[in-house]
Amino acid sequence: MDLTLKVWRQDGPAAEGGFKTYQATNVSPEASFLEMLDEVNEHLNEIGEEPIAFDHDCREGICGTCGVMINGDPHGPQSGTATCQLHMRKFDDGDAITIEPWRASAFPVVKDLIVDRSAFDRIIESGGYISVNTGAAPDANIIPVPKAAADAAMDAAACIGCGACVAACPNSAANLFTAAKMEHLNLLPQGQAERYTRAVAMVETMEEYFGSCSNHGECEKACPKNISIDFIAMMNRDYVKAQFGNVVKSGQR
Amino acid sequence: MEGRNVTDSPTLDARIPSGPIQGRWNQHKFDIKLVNPANKRKYEIIVVGTGLAGASAAATFGELGYNVKAFTYHDSARRAHSIAAQGGINAAKNYPNDGDSIYRLFYDTVKGGDFRSRESNVYRLAEVSNEIIDQATAQGVPFAREYGGLLDNRSFGGAQVSRTFYARGQTGQQLLLGAYQALSRQIDAGTVEFFNRSELLDIVVKDGRAAGIVVRDLVTGEVTPHSAHAVVLATGGYSNVFFLSTNAMACNATAIWRAHRKGAFFANPCFTQIHPTCIPASDEHQSKLTLMSESLRNDGRIWVPLDPDDKRQPNDIPEDERDYYLERQYPAFGNLVPRDVASRAAMRMIDENRGVGPLKNGVYLDFRSAIERLGRDRIEERYGNLFEMYERITDEDPYRVPMRIYPAPHYTMGGLWVDYNLMTTIPGLYAIGEANFSDHGANRLGASALMQGVADGYFVIPYTIGDYLSKYLNVDPVPTDDPAFTETLTEVDARTRRFLDIGGTQSVDHFHRKLGAIMIEYCGLARSREGLEKAIDEIRSLRDEFWRDLKVLGSAESLNQSLERAGRVADFLELAELMCRDAIDREESCGGHFRVEHQTPDGEAKRDDEDFAFVSAWAWTGESTPQELHKEPLEFEYVQPSQRSYK
Repeated sequence: MDLTLKVWRQDGPAAEGGFKTYQATNVSPEASFLEMLDEVNEHLNEIGEEPIAFDHDCREGICGTCGVMINGDPHGPQSGTATCQLHMRKFDDGDAITIEPWRASAFPVVKDLIVDRSAFDRIIESGGYISVNTGAAPDANIIPVPKAAADAAMDAAACIGCGACVAACPNSAANLFTAAKMEHLNLLPQGQAERYTRAVAMVETMEEYFGSCSNHGECEKACPKNISIDFIAMMNRDYVKAQFGNVVKSGQR
Repeated sequence: MEGRNVTDSPTLDARIPSGPIQGRWNQHKFDIKLVNPANKRKYEIIVVGTGLAGASAAATFGELGYNVKAFTYHDSARRAHSIAAQGGINAAKNYPNDGDSIYRLFYDTVKGGDFRSRESNVYRLAEVSNEIIDQATAQGVPFAREYGGLLDNRSFGGAQVSRTFYARGQTGQQLLLGAYQALSRQIDAGTVEFFNRSELLDIVVKDGRAAGIVVRDLVTGEVTPHSAHAVVLATGGYSNVFFLSTNAMACNATAIWRAHRKGAFFANPCFTQIHPTCIPASDEHQSKLTLMSESLRNDGRIWVPLDPDDKRQPNDIPEDERDYYLERQYPAFGNLVPRDVASRAAMRMIDENRGVGPLKNGVYLDFRSAIERLGRDRIEERYGNLFEMYERITDEDPYRVPMRIYPAPHYTMGGLWVDYNLMTTIPGLYAIGEANFSDHGANRLGASALMQGVADGYFVIPYTIGDYLSKYLNVDPVPTDDPAFTETLTEVDARTRRFLDIGGTQSVDHFHRKLGAIMIEYCGLARSREGLEKAIDEIRSLRDEFWRDLKVLGSAESLNQSLERAGRVADFLELAELMCRDAIDREESCGGHFRVEHQTPDGEAKRDDEDFAFVSAWAWTGESTPQELHKEPLEFEYVQPSQRSYK
């Protein structure tokens, strides 16, 4: 198939960017979206134009490194699918495809389609963990975890940290990411000791970098792992409880 | 052996403790020197790579009070390819009460490795496996649970017990996030300084000891020196030498290869694992292969049509016209034979022209009988995300149509030679996780890579590093303006310029694909002396062509992905030759190393314990002379080497 690509090119964080148009010819429908870009880059290299920079690594939809806006949709048209798992058979011969980086002030462009998502790491560093030193753990089966709780925690923990939720949000809010990371831990018995301090720390760090949530729900639609916005409600509940409750007694509620 | 440069070197002291194997690790921990808690803050440790092994080591060093610098070429510590491990992690908990024990896990791993690993290391691995599950659970890793709230287990190849803990099909992801979170906690506490998008380009050695590293900031292009009392490499394996593998695109051998060139011995480079259950390649533009977890072999049945010319859809082929060849050839283990055995069996089917799919390059993995037995819901619960991934890639629904699978390069058992303390032959330089060679012998069992990565990072190196560091109390690290650093910086700079200055006509990928084709053809599932010698010739001429005709655009002073890849492929082009030499040298078949000249009448690997029960450790001797082979003899006191039988 033959495609017309409109790709965002930007030399660096301070440089001015703009769209450039490229033709992708003889694209195999079996190719993944990133393999299509590989081919375009091979061609650019041949004709002496610097290849398009884009982030990617595992190409299995699990590492969360890749992710671009494809015709205005984070990760493109197929729901529940990261860019690397999107295949060209989802497009038609002759299509025009616009490819942009994530657009959010908390994610400055590094180069072309690559953005800096380290604000996510700052949120985790502020409290997205359970404080247990190596060697201090009791036997794993000493605390039974209801299967439903373990399953719900796993649903949240499936987040790959790609940033599509932020890119999709009109406010550039990171509530879905933060909620997924927080509730994964807050749903488990092991996470209870720090539940409310964690909620406050992570929410406040999130707000230093990102916009506010106004319940558009675009994040859920864009998420390649189909993470539910129910987790945002749970995060809000934990945050509110942490504000008004006596955190010392939190274990008893 | 003609033309071999062999040394029984006294320098290869593996420092294996003596005494009954059950007590060795404990006794060793008591015997080695400690650094007292107040002195730990006087030491600097560099950790390169923040996958499962690196992140867990860096976090644990930080908790202990050391000053840590951690480096990754990713944008975040959460991206390393440990994240893609699907199936699970082994531990000898014996929760299912099916007769498992530390000794059985040890036995299975030594046997699974085809008697080419160190008994003492493997025993220690089995011993700490239980602590790993405890630690991960306490960190909030959401392992699968039974309705009673206790942990669930499943089976993996090469074992007759259920000892694999899992978090849906995302076990590696969840364990890595646990380690990443522990690391994040230490970054917040200030014990770990974290450098993202920073790639190691060389190791600095002074007076025979590791002094630090040289790193390129992948965003600005700036090259900086970093010094420390010890350097820990946790930089993974080298399966991408085959170009098409299940590894992530950026996985590379540069860190361990640079260390090798600076004096670290490279052990068993030809021991590579070809995983039986990957999705077959669809066309020539394919950039990587995707693994389908081995856990699928718990419930999926592998078969090909009896008639090689059968053109029918798989579901139209009746039971009695199917060949469930693993169940037929290996009735005791059936579809759960170890990976090397399953891969070779699939290769034989395809070589006999009995492959399936449009390119006849796969075999079926069929869930029909499992779905009939357990219901679709149970199968979806166990493997849902894997089935979805398969459907996205192939556009076929594995609930209705059998999957097609094919063997693909997946893991490298070889790596830097390390002693029992995980130290390389360069004092102060350590290698952990897939980057070292120590625990899997010639074949790794499923769900053991996660186990080894975390064991090394959380439970082994935090103790053993103290033995080395304690000797340098109140000794400052080598300053970064020392000639050892400035000379290495100059070399790194010159090498980077050289890539940009060649000004040839071919891209990095062009050379990488060509190298991969040579390696999979001659140094893949089946190897012969003749083929390997041919491969070496071809690699050498490809290497010349690379340095003559490479085309890398852009500059060194900004983000330049072609330049990054050029450095990695240049190192693969050197490593590939050593892999072939090692494969020629090892005149036997064992585990993943299958020499067609050495097989039993029914096509199984034929080991030669008389002549080859040793670790091949190769020493760099300079640019113009071939590496020198050193041997570490392997002694088996507990598990007597026998012909592996899974029949």
